[in-house]
Amino acid sequence: MFDSITLGQYYQTDSVLHRLDPRVKLVGTFTYLISLFIVDSFVGYILAALFLAAMIMLSNVPFRYIIRGMKAIIFLLLITVVFNLFLTPGEVIWQLGFLKMTREGLTFAVKMAVRLSLLILGSSIMTLTTTPTQLTDALESLLRPLKKVHVPVHEIAMMMSIALRFIPILMEETDKIMKAQIARGADFESKNLIKKIKSMVPLLVPLFISAFRRANDLAMAMEARCYRGGEGRTKMKPLVYQNRDRIAYLILLAFFVVCILTRIYF
Amino acid sequence: MGIKVDDISFLYERGTAMQVTALDHVSAEIPDNQFIGLIGHTGSGKSTFVQTLNGLLKPTTGHIYYNGEDIDGEKFDKKKLRSDVGLVFQYPEHQLFEVDVITDVMFGPRNLGLSEAEAKKRALEALESVHMPKDLYKSSPFDLSGGQKRRAAIAGVLAMRPKILILDEPTAGLDPKGRDEILGMIAGMKRDLNMTIILVSHSMDDVARYVDRIMVMGGGKLLYDDVPVKVFRHVKELEELGLAAPQITYIMKLLKERGLDVSTDALNVKEAAAEIMAHRRELHV
Repeated sequence: MFDSITLGQYYQTDSVLHRLDPRVKLVGTFTYLISLFIVDSFVGYILAALFLAAMIMLSNVPFRYIIRGMKAIIFLLLITVVFNLFLTPGEVIWQLGFLKMTREGLTFAVKMAVRLSLLILGSSIMTLTTTPTQLTDALESLLRPLKKVHVPVHEIAMMMSIALRFIPILMEETDKIMKAQIARGADFESKNLIKKIKSMVPLLVPLFISAFRRANDLAMAMEARCYRGGEGRTKMKPLVYQNRDRIAYLILLAFFVVCILTRIYF
Repeated sequence: MGIKVDDISFLYERGTAMQVTALDHVSAEIPDNQFIGLIGHTGSGKSTFVQTLNGLLKPTTGHIYYNGEDIDGEKFDKKKLRSDVGLVFQYPEHQLFEVDVITDVMFGPRNLGLSEAEAKKRALEALESVHMPKDLYKSSPFDLSGGQKRRAAIAGVLAMRPKILILDEPTAGLDPKGRDEILGMIAGMKRDLNMTIILVSHSMDDVARYVDRIMVMGGGKLLYDDVPVKVFRHVKELEELGLAAPQITYIMKLLKERGLDVSTDALNVKEAAAEIMAHRRELHV
């Protein structure tokens, strides 16, 4: 039932990107997102798209799988495009009743669509090639300097990894409860809004109860293993930079600089 | 008429690196009024199989016919199918949600579009069939004990008056007493309500005592489909699948190996005792 939600779900395979240190991928994704907002020219967007295409190729994740994840946000993309298209003031080039399409709106909408798609694809490349555990490890490691100013970095990372860990579990649970209620004749596909909301009750009540039960069990299991936070805790798989990570940082830096240059010269 | 399963296969995560074949060309017939045990190790495909039977999962290839009609046909009424083929999931108590037991059991009949009075009538009957104490009808389902919760949940499906009732591991996580109660209750339902029951389990001992027919699944395939006596003759193959024959089969086998010429087809203690007594002359005590 949740087959279509692939946006950001880890895709298990072997590739350079999968083996890369998660810190590089996290920094890389942020660099990419920032550079998407730095570039503002045709050449710049081509460059960003090419970079992304290269990453997709390196990731070994089937392109079809990545695109399938995009389906979920296509609606959001459409709304943005339509709003920009008709609500930007400027030189009118086409009119339908009170709807005015402007030249400025057109360029802006196209830019926005390209930017958004690259942005989403770019960040999903990270989550497709990095497990949630690796991601939170990377976050914890990168935020470590903040410990000096008493930010509970380890606790935040722990909460994040628990939250992420529970997404697939709760999704599976939702699927199971949904099926059980469908087997009892429940109708989750009603078009009527009020009926639809009402039909959620047999799903949400058991789901919340099970979430609380799981949270309780987890807390108990952690206590039983004497968990008491980050102080003095070691890791089973400590993060260590390899040569490939250093090269990746260099490539990122080069990409970033070129992006700034396109902004200046084009 | 019942269900006819015609060469179905089911793949999870089709077309990705995680593709798993859960069902591999399975064919079977499920007639009216039969008590069937469906046995298999974890991951053998038995849960997937039962979910295809009431249309919750659509087979990747192959067809399922209910009373001669293809259940994936365009005109087929799936809602009717789901009321006729009742499916009780593993840990069914996790689906309880209403304020009290009786309202929860009425959820199914109400979804069938029955009147309030009729729904209540069916709910009361169902609760009686699962031996729910009357004073608990009005209490919150979350205040019940584990076994009671499970019975309430089974009643929730039973209240839809299915012609075929499938129970997926109905004894999972219960203590021996709770397990015997549930199994006894299911056998009683079979006797009183004249329906087909499919009992999914990984325990031969649970199943051997009650069923008319055993289906054994392994690796997504239907490996054996026969009367219990004949299935248990494949002790070695069953063990390779991570299953076991009932305890009593082992005892009889051991006796036979030690020279007592008994048949190993006994299914319960009573039959075994009779068989041994019939051969008592050979005992040199």
